[in-house]
Amino acid sequence: MKGKNLRNKITDSQIYKSVFRHTYTDTKENRTLQIKSNVFLHLHPVKIPSHAMKIRFTWCMGGITFFMFLVEVITGILLMFYYRPVPEYVYLDMKYLEFDVPFGIILRNLHRWAAHLMLVTIMLHMLRVFLTGSYKPPREFNWVIGVVLLVTTFLLSFTGYLLPWDQLAYWAITVGTNMIRAAPVIGHEGPFALLNKYNDVRFMILGGTEIGANALLRFYVLHIMALPAAAIIFMAVHFWRIRKDGGISRPL
Amino acid sequence: MTTDINKTGISRRSLLQIAGWGSLLVTFGITIGSILRFLYPRVLFEKPSTFNIGFPDEFKTDGSTSHRVYENWKEEQSVWVVKERNRIYAIHAKCTHLGCTPNWFAEEGIFKCPCHGSQFRGNGVNFAGPAPRPLDRFKLSIGKDGMIIVDKSRVYTFKEFEKPEAYVEV
Repeated sequence: MKGKNLRNKITDSQIYKSVFRHTYTDTKENRTLQIKSNVFLHLHPVKIPSHAMKIRFTWCMGGITFFMFLVEVITGILLMFYYRPVPEYVYLDMKYLEFDVPFGIILRNLHRWAAHLMLVTIMLHMLRVFLTGSYKPPREFNWVIGVVLLVTTFLLSFTGYLLPWDQLAYWAITVGTNMIRAAPVIGHEGPFALLNKYNDVRFMILGGTEIGANALLRFYVLHIMALPAAAIIFMAVHFWRIRKDGGISRPL
Repeated sequence: MTTDINKTGISRRSLLQIAGWGSLLVTFGITIGSILRFLYPRVLFEKPSTFNIGFPDEFKTDGSTSHRVYENWKEEQSVWVVKERNRIYAIHAKCTHLGCTPNWFAEEGIFKCPCHGSQFRGNGVNFAGPAPRPLDRFKLSIGKDGMIIVDKSRVYTFKEFEKPEAYVEV
């Protein structure tokens, strides 16, 4: 009796009702309201057609990619608590995370493997969308958004590659940014080069002529702020566009 | 005094529109321009581009060969100083393929790049792997005190190796 009173007290409180605004009552109206009045779900269609649940058609690859992104965000935020992007500390911080911080090794590995897996699932998602013809009008703009997200993910991977500050990281970014030298017009060794080593696009990305403190900090800021922000914005548009373009495509 | 619209050809409304949008565009342009400029630092905390490597007669080839690679400046400066029978030159320790640092193998007398397997002879000329040209060289000069100065800001590619500043005669 007492337990029930306490429970009612909680569920009748204003705070509880402010968070859980709708019950689980299985009526059409209530189910609609559950989705519509939830900030996290409002991009989602209010009702999902049953064909959207066919795993052999959708492969759920977009959903899994989004899940991987969430894993990256959570593990990434935790890793940031121990990571200082300064050449004097960074390699030691990485080692510290790897060998001494409790659960540090599993966090680093989760972050790494989820990143790899995210690219795999993106590719499979793209393949599925292509094979099912879901890129065709009216969904052609969402394909473009998807390509922007693909490039953003590549850039997230590339910037993350430098952050361990070990030999692999240093030389991979050396090779990667040396390719930028050969960019037409804006790279100082490319065709129609207008700029020199001290003002071309590579200099802007590295904050210098070689990979040093500035480059590390720039890659860090891009990796943890600029690119995730871009990814989140474009993902929101991507999900919202599905609903606006008539819902998920269906098997013919 | 009233102005005839037909004379100026522009109405008050569109003038204000142009002024409004124009000032907005100028503001955005200046902002974007300043952000771009912000990304180019004025001071670089990088090593100076010139350094001394000592007197020319400190470099000697031992009797058996006419060629010797000095690795003393590789770690700090990415430079190999090479002494040949009658000249000294400074090779940039940076693969001409994608910029990794090759290693010098004295027994074989060749440079090998660990990244993609490019190989270079003792004088830096490529003979295997993806490297498109010989290893670059730096400008050399003799300072007032008679010591050799390497200037890393001036790079010579293989077509310029015979230019007088690309080596020091001994």
